[in-house]
Amino acid sequence: MTGKLLLRGMIAGVVGGLLAFLFARLYGEPLIDVAIAFEEHAGAAHDAAEPEMVSRATQAGLGLLTGVVVYGAALGGILALAFAVVYGRFSRLGVRALAAIMALSGFVAVILVPVVKYPANPPAVGAADTIGDRTQLFFIMLLVSLALMIAAFALARRMRPRLGAWNAAIVAGLAYVLAIAVVMALLPEVNEVPDGFSAVLLWRFRLAALGLQAVIWATVGLLFGFLAERLVLGAPSKPDRRV
Amino acid sequence: MSALSRTATAQPVAIPLGEVMPWATFAGLMLMLMVYFVGTEQGAMAMFSGSTVHEFVHDGRHLLGFPCH
Repeated sequence: MTGKLLLRGMIAGVVGGLLAFLFARLYGEPLIDVAIAFEEHAGAAHDAAEPEMVSRATQAGLGLLTGVVVYGAALGGILALAFAVVYGRFSRLGVRALAAIMALSGFVAVILVPVVKYPANPPAVGAADTIGDRTQLFFIMLLVSLALMIAAFALARRMRPRLGAWNAAIVAGLAYVLAIAVVMALLPEVNEVPDGFSAVLLWRFRLAALGLQAVIWATVGLLFGFLAERLVLGAPSKPDRRV
Repeated sequence: MSALSRTATAQPVAIPLGEVMPWATFAGLMLMLMVYFVGTEQGAMAMFSGSTVHEFVHDGRHLLGFPCH
């Protein structure tokens, strides 16, 4: 069962990646081109032109496609494995409701909240010598947020008998928000936007990056729910199923 | 009546942990590695020297929100 769920999660992720590719071509690539033009203009003074190992056309085409599809497949697979652990064990929700809730809370914990502290940056934003620190901080923020989200669900579960489902969820949600506020206050600020970089371009790029993630997570959550329900409950047309 | 039996079928039954764990361990590791290669390889860390992986997934890395360079 787990293997079959995993396969369906990865299929949903590949579809999400393909949709994300279309989204990125429409809303992301035009912004990257403008940012690279700024980078080349600004860097022309001190950087000798770097030899181009991979052409821009490949980066914006096959490279982008590979990146988002592999990411989508991995994400869908991880969600499916988490689903296999949670379903019927930590949750009594049905297949599709649980898949949707897990994808939504995953999106909040792994994307929406970390992005508030360390947003996506277009080319030209970010100093090359701080990549190690920035990557470390990014993953610390992401992992702490995910751990706190799981803790919040565990808290809600414990409080439900005393407070009822709604109040338990509100208390757990508040606890998550407060804990995140403390973590964000403790982690250092990163601001490496170069002088003269367009504020509008930066805003649109970050919005596009968030939109792309929303496309992937929404597709994974909803499509995996659809595919997994047919697997778990059996397709309506085929009552004769193996378990 | 048919609605009732459908609800009964739909009662979530947990998958035994013994069945989930091998998958979660090995497939989970592979999936994390996939995210690593798209997101971080030849950025902050590198298993392979050079920058071909970095350059190839460059646009995806930026748009997925990973620190790229």
